[in-house]
Order: sequence, then C-alpha cells, then structure tokens
Amino acid sequence: MKLNFLTAHELQGLLAAKKIEPVQILADIEERCRIVEPKIRAYARAPFFRKISSESRLQGELSGIPAVIKDNICSDGDLTECCSRILEGFRPPYDATVVEKLKGNGSFIMAKANMDEFAFGSSCETSCFYPTRNPWNTDHVPGGSSGGAAASVAADEAIFSLGSDTGGSIRQPAALCGVVGLKPTYGRVSRYGLIAFASSLDQIGPLTKDVRDNALLLKIISGHDEKDSTSADMPVPDYPALLEKDVRGMRVAIPREYFVEGMDPEIRQSLTEAKNKLGSLGVSFGEVSLPHTEYAVAVYYIIATAEASSNLARFDGVQYGLRNSEKTNSGQPPLISMYKETRGRGFGAEAKRRITLGTYVLSSGYYDAYYLRASKVRALIKDDFDKVFKEFDLILTPTSPTAAFKLGEKTNDPLNMYLSDIYTISANLAGIPAISLPCGLTKKGLPIGMQVLGKPFGEEDIFRLAYQYEQNTAWHKEKPKL
Amino acid sequence: MRISKDDVKNIANLARLGLTDIEVESLQVQLEVILEYIDKLKKVDVSKTHALTNALYVKNVYRPDIPKASLDPSKVMPLSPAREGNFFKVPKIIE
Repeated sequence: MKLNFLTAHELQGLLAAKKIEPVQILADIEERCRIVEPKIRAYARAPFFRKISSESRLQGELSGIPAVIKDNICSDGDLTECCSRILEGFRPPYDATVVEKLKGNGSFIMAKANMDEFAFGSSCETSCFYPTRNPWNTDHVPGGSSGGAAASVAADEAIFSLGSDTGGSIRQPAALCGVVGLKPTYGRVSRYGLIAFASSLDQIGPLTKDVRDNALLLKIISGHDEKDSTSADMPVPDYPALLEKDVRGMRVAIPREYFVEGMDPEIRQSLTEAKNKLGSLGVSFGEVSLPHTEYAVAVYYIIATAEASSNLARFDGVQYGLRNSEKTNSGQPPLISMYKETRGRGFGAEAKRRITLGTYVLSSGYYDAYYLRASKVRALIKDDFDKVFKEFDLILTPTSPTAAFKLGEKTNDPLNMYLSDIYTISANLAGIPAISLPCGLTKKGLPIGMQVLGKPFGEEDIFRLAYQYEQNTAWHKEKPKL
Repeated sequence: MRISKDDVKNIANLARLGLTDIEVESLQVQLEVILEYIDKLKKVDVSKTHALTNALYVKNVYRPDIPKASLDPSKVMPLSPAREGNFFKVPKIIE
C-alpha cells in the first residue's frame, strides 16, 4: 500500500516501529500529486516538496507527517493569499498558532489548499486561481469554502488538512468529498493567524480520512492562546483516548426542521439508515424542534457580511498585497481613489457582493432593522439549541441538502448558493461544535454526509458517536476512482 | 424598487470599493433578491430578546501593561507595496 492512502495514526504506528521513513511518505504523496492534481487542482499553488524533505526531523506526535492548510492560514514565509488577487504576493512573517502547534508536534506545511476567495462561497469556484474539482466526479464541485482542503484528503494527495468554517466551510466540503470534517466549539481553537472573515463565527478545524485522525488533530490544535482573546481557557481533553467509550444510552435528537417534505430522498434514506445503525448500537432517539432554523441563513448573511465588510477594510493597498493607482482623473482625493482602485481590482465578484451587503446592513438608518434584529434572532437560535441540549447529548442531521452539484450550476444565483449551507450555519451562530462524516453514496456515486452537533465543548461526545458509527460501517473506506 | 443603483454606488463609496457600471447593475439586482429573502426576519418577535454578538464567551481579557517584542520591522516593511524606510508611502493626503 502506498503511504499517501494512510491516515496520520496509521503512519504514526509505522514510523514508531521504524518500518518506514518520513521521506517515503513524501515520495508517495508527490507521486500521487503528479497523477491526480492536474485533474483535481486542490492546491492554490504547487506543493513545496523540495523544501520539506530536510525539515522532517522534529519529534512529536506528527513527526514526519506533512500537513496541508487552507490558503487563509498564515505560515511563516509561505505565500498565503486567501485565493484573492488583493493579497497577491503576501508571505506572512509569522506562523498562525495552529501552524506553530503542528510544527511543534513534528509536522510541516506541504501545501496551501485552494478555497473560495476569502472563504466566501460553497463551491470553491470563487478562487482567483481556478476551481477545485470533486475527486468523485470532476464535473462536480468539491464544496466550499475549504474545497481544496477536503478534495486533497479525499484524493489521497494529503494525509490531513486544516480548513476554516464560518457557516459550514469545513463540514459541507467534507460531506461533498466523503471525508471527516469538524468545526470545533467557538473558542476551542485559536484564530490567531487565520485571516479573518467573520470573527464571531470563524473556527479552524481538521479534515481527515477518519474520526481517529480528527480527534488527534483537534487535540493538537486546541487550547488557550493569549494572542486570541476569544480562545477558551479550558483544559483540552485527550480526545483520541476517549473515542472508544461506549455509546449505549446516549440520547440523540432529530430536529424535524432538518427533515422536511421535499428533501433529497437519497439523503433522507442514508440518514434513516445511519439512525437505525446507531439505534442498534444502543443510542436512543427523540424528535425535537429547533423552531428558528428557517431564519438561520438570513441571520447569517447579515452578521457574516457585516463582520466581513469590517474585517476586509484592512485590504487597502497600504500595508500588504496589491496596490493599484493608475487612474488620476477620478475627481477624488488621490488616497481615496487609490483605495477604490485597489479594492475594485483586487476583490472578486463574491467579495464585492458581500462587502456591499455588509456595508449596507451596517449603514446608518439600517443598522436596527438588519444587524440588530439579526443579532436578536441569533440569540433565539442559540436558545433553541440550549433547550434541546437539556434533554439530549447530541443532534443528528444531514450536512448538506444535496450531494455535490455541478460546476457552474449555482454561480449566477448567489441566493441559491447561500442556501447550500442551510444545515450547517446554525452551529456557527450558536457557537457549538459539529462534525460531518460519510454515511452513504448516491446512485451516481457521490458521497453523502451526516452531521452530528454537540454541546459547547462537547467534542468528546461527538467523536465517540462518530467513531462508533464509523467502526460499524464502511463508508469511510470508500475511495473515489481516480 | 428597494435599492437603487445610486444606493449601490453610495454603499460602494462608503466601503471604498471601485465598481464598474456593469457591476453596479448586477449588484443592484442581486442585493434586491438577497434583501427580499432577509426580510423574513421581520416575522420574528424579538421584543423579549437581547442581541447576541458572541455565542459563548463574553468576558473581557486583561493583562499587565508590559511592553513585549513585536514583529521585526525589517520583515514586515518589505510586504508593503510602497514604502520609504520604516514608513508606508501613500498618495498625497493634504493639499
């Protein structure tokens, strides 16, 4: 077996037993990239194999195991452009905290993954470079915005990757590519060095080939960081050690708002089978209501765009990235005109749409009607979850309303694209953790994902259930034919 | 019409975003569709609830006011598209 097909924990075992050398892992990945990367384009730019071979001497849990990170996570000296022209040529002079933790555990950055520009999208089509394609069928999108991070793992040209999730950007591509993706509790993982999209929603999380790797990665990247005041000062459990605890007696809620009339029948079928499987393992189920679910997308597209319009104000052609100031006769002061030209040229269509919408909902006269009202409905959405978690340990839903859609299918219909995140957005608004893991394939051979949501800092319970499900099914072993 | 082309131009000006006429036109249409969808929030009774801005932790973080080393300017300044020594160069601000 080529080593690129293995998980981090499997490689750990082989490395510890001295059956393999780190350089063999890289050689196998490099060979795989040569074959599949031209078809998939999971990476924002060519991986840096040459640079790493001499670096893999560090000791730690991930010693010798390469990491792929999304193009919005800073790594010292490596191009980090958020797949946007406005950050052209940006090489951060520091590591994000998660990168520091990966490197501190012996890993090293092998490549930056393609993504929707500034994580604005659900299909990886808004990247300023090129779209990434779904390894299961290259006419289809990998999902987004962490589409490259998910596709690289699904195509076995990576061992694991880190993505970011603001409204489903880890879980939805994980579902569409048939891998495991976790959005941790807000505050579980430091956001220092993650180029901000919506600061009250963003979290970094792992995309992996199985649940054990996901638990291993979360243990490594979690923890309090004085450079991120929203990171939680709470102990980090040894997640992998807790995976095998029995799930008998766990109580799982099924929210009726996620299983509506007219939902995709193949997804309904897969979720029913998953529920039956979990039932046979001793999990009990109850139907619940999350009554404000239908407002989540509307709330999200006010709050997330408002925060984005503010966060993206820093890209102004002064400190880093692109500057454009060719026109001189715009009739405006030269500085203002430089800002406008730089931003007009540097941002793509979706970024412009979101900056405009976000500025609108925050503008004088509209603030109360939009931002304030949305923040109040956000509180109601969180209350819905709080009520359910008084009686239940976890919630089970589909991750995405459909399997992977085709490239170009939704690019001219922004609202329809936004609705791809209908099942994932609520977890970000409420701050709770949620995982997506494979639970089926459509007749056309595209992956289906199920989502398990937990209490704040309840990742341990999520992993336990996901692990038991995975151990008793074979969906995670299915591989795309490439 | 809820949002006019002039509204779009005005917002773009506030956001310091240069837009072409074609972009203004398509944004006007798209923003209308999105704002119409967002309008569903008007149906929700929010009279008894407070705004939630941060889902879990709302706690101020203090630390002693002791200076610490920051990023090395010799590494930071080269990132700027226009600079002079340790200063960012910008177009003329004062006439």
